[in-house]
Amino acid sequence: MDEARPLWATPLQFVFACISYAVGLGNVWRFPYLCQMYGGGSFLVPYIIMLTVEGMPLLYLELAVGQRMRQGSIGAWRTINPYLSGVGVASVVVSFFLSMYYNVINAWAFWYLFHSFQDPLPWSVCPLNGNRTGYDEECEKASSTQYFWYRKTLNISPSIQESGAVQWEPALCLILAWLLVYLCILRGTESTGKVVYFTALLPYCVLIVYLVRGLTLHGATNGLAYMFTPKMEQLANPKAWINAATQIFFSLGLGFGSLIAFASYNEPSNNCQKHAVIVSIINSSTSIFASVVTFSIYGFKATFNYESCLNKVILLLTNSFDLEDGFLTVSNLEEVKSYLASAYPSKYSEVFPQIKNCSLESELETAVQGTGLAFIVYTEAIKNMEVSQLWSVLYFFMLLMLGIGSMLGNTAAILTPLTDSKVISSYLPKEAISGLVCLVSCAIGLVFTMEAGNYWFDIFNDYAATLPLLLIVLVEAAAVCYLYGLRRFESDLKAMTGHALNWYWKAMWGGVSPLLIISLFVFYLSDYIITGTLQYQAWDASQGQLVTKDYPPYALAIIGLLVASSTMCIPLGALGTFIVRRLKRRDTASVA
Amino acid sequence: MSWMGPREDAENAFKVRLSLRTALGDKAYAWDTNEEYLFKAMVAFSMRRVPNREGTEISHVLLCNVTQRVSFWFVVTDPSRNHTLPAVEVQSAIRLPLVAVSGGCSSLRMNRNRINNAFFLNDQTLEFLRIPATLAPPTDPSVPIWIIIFGVIFCIVIVATMLLILSGIRQHRRKNKGPSEMEDTEDKWENTVKIENGIPCDPLDMKGGHVNDAFVTEDERLTPL
Repeated sequence: MDEARPLWATPLQFVFACISYAVGLGNVWRFPYLCQMYGGGSFLVPYIIMLTVEGMPLLYLELAVGQRMRQGSIGAWRTINPYLSGVGVASVVVSFFLSMYYNVINAWAFWYLFHSFQDPLPWSVCPLNGNRTGYDEECEKASSTQYFWYRKTLNISPSIQESGAVQWEPALCLILAWLLVYLCILRGTESTGKVVYFTALLPYCVLIVYLVRGLTLHGATNGLAYMFTPKMEQLANPKAWINAATQIFFSLGLGFGSLIAFASYNEPSNNCQKHAVIVSIINSSTSIFASVVTFSIYGFKATFNYESCLNKVILLLTNSFDLEDGFLTVSNLEEVKSYLASAYPSKYSEVFPQIKNCSLESELETAVQGTGLAFIVYTEAIKNMEVSQLWSVLYFFMLLMLGIGSMLGNTAAILTPLTDSKVISSYLPKEAISGLVCLVSCAIGLVFTMEAGNYWFDIFNDYAATLPLLLIVLVEAAAVCYLYGLRRFESDLKAMTGHALNWYWKAMWGGVSPLLIISLFVFYLSDYIITGTLQYQAWDASQGQLVTKDYPPYALAIIGLLVASSTMCIPLGALGTFIVRRLKRRDTASVA
Repeated sequence: MSWMGPREDAENAFKVRLSLRTALGDKAYAWDTNEEYLFKAMVAFSMRRVPNREGTEISHVLLCNVTQRVSFWFVVTDPSRNHTLPAVEVQSAIRLPLVAVSGGCSSLRMNRNRINNAFFLNDQTLEFLRIPATLAPPTDPSVPIWIIIFGVIFCIVIVATMLLILSGIRQHRRKNKGPSEMEDTEDKWENTVKIENGIPCDPLDMKGGHVNDAFVTEDERLTPL
């Protein structure tokens, strides 16, 4: 009798777990940015092509491997071929890095969520300076939302060298975030299976509410028109295709071992092909849906800023020239300006430097991604809505659900191999292993709550997962097709699920997807090498804006270590197995 | 009406700017000499509250250079009409004193409010250009609100975690007290695992009178998504 393995209570739980893991913050804050940068509506073309050619096949591959091997990533790859145990270890290492820094985002979401219950919202007004004669200087130079993010939330230092101390407020929020994650994974699939109903469905509810609200905002159509106007010439830009491929790849969370872990808790006869297609389509649709919401919010924000800019100019001119109040409006602004320039040239030239050129285009063009989009741009739009507390609470609650959903997958990727291992699970119960992993990650994660923490966060975000994952998935695809054998895998799947393998999947697994990954890998490697020194954006409090700085040597060393520690696992694993086998053969030879 | 006098007067003059249309829209009234008279009366009223200046009359307040904006300059002269009152005195009559006053209206702040209210305006639409409105300090509650909410959620999560851990330990102990001859360390874990599932996978693990759970598993497998 097979050793019993916890199972998902229903296949629906499995689908929700995959959706909740795949649909994460990247769908909300990365895809809209890419859409904006690479031609709006026309970006959907490379995106959908990459989805069918790369996303679906690789997702199906991982789910099939997990369901067939019924073990976490380490065990699964060791079963496929003993020399591949390093692949599983590399996945676990990358997942570990990811879970360390990803939960900090949840901590920030908690922070903003707790601060949303105030009137007025704390990021909508600048605090007063020391002697109460005006507003705080840093806040004046930047904006109130940037000030709240950089000063109140992060308390960011001017450069990565100045680490500063651990900030207790974000540290508390981080501890809470880890406690919540621990609560959700405590009982394994039993608890995770129930939590994913919430983490998968609630973000959609909030997105729908936001869609309705967003589309009815003043100026939303400006943003939508800007986004969806296709710029066909971008299709010729190779960067658009590369970014589409990268986005699909990382958005589905391939290579971390989470999908293998989730699928290992399936019934062997589960139709994972159908589920792979469903999950990838839902993931991409969510990205597009989220970008509609994001762009209506962008449009609102841009229009609002544009109109305030115009109003400021009107006020300035009205006051300088003592014109009748209400005489200057948006429509006659230009002609009045030219009239004033001709009638009072000297006075006009005095005032002229202060007159800003207000442009709706330039407001819309400020493309932001990542934490900047989520915590600065969105909050700026929210503070101008009516009943802003409600919208703020809804929004950060959604961010939290998305983040926790992804964290469940990340921790599953780490815990499943650990609990599968007979050695460890004989000493410690599952609850204790989960607790230890959460404790260690939380302790290391406190680094990201220091004053320079955000700079370390960016390092992890940019380098910990990108290259290693490409390599891992490449090795996975090659291993299944060529080491294990595509025919053997095909017959396994047929015996397991009862369906034959479509020729399409075989073509993709064998040829197209690995080729795509190789080209992505080569591109990124050459990009890193060509760029030379790596740089980062540091916040300059005196100017109230970001400045570019070079990484110090020890930061570069840590980046190298991050990438090496996961990628080296693959060859080291193979080497280790080779040595162990050699030793065993020598032992048996000597015994005989 | 322009004032003749020594040039120091320019230091003691204040520019006032009104934005009637911004404040009142269609209900904006026209600024005429009657409104100017009311303004002079309000300034004189404010001055009369300053110690030693109780004798200020409306005729002591002089307006000048009224523009379309609407904006104008004004000074307050002393009873002899020879020189103008220093700016500091006029300022103190109109705005908050430099000593912070806790709570809502101080009697001097009320002057500014009453001037505003007489014209249906506020600090932004009736500006005294050298008398900045002091920014109202934000009210800070003694315990920041976010800590309260954080505390509540933290306690809920801790309690839920404890409950789950305790129930897990209790189930674990119950399994230990069960048939122990078949069990070694690994099986112990598989037993808890099996039960945690809700669907005991091992059909031998039957208790008397239970549904044969092997069939339940079968049904579950066939249930379509």
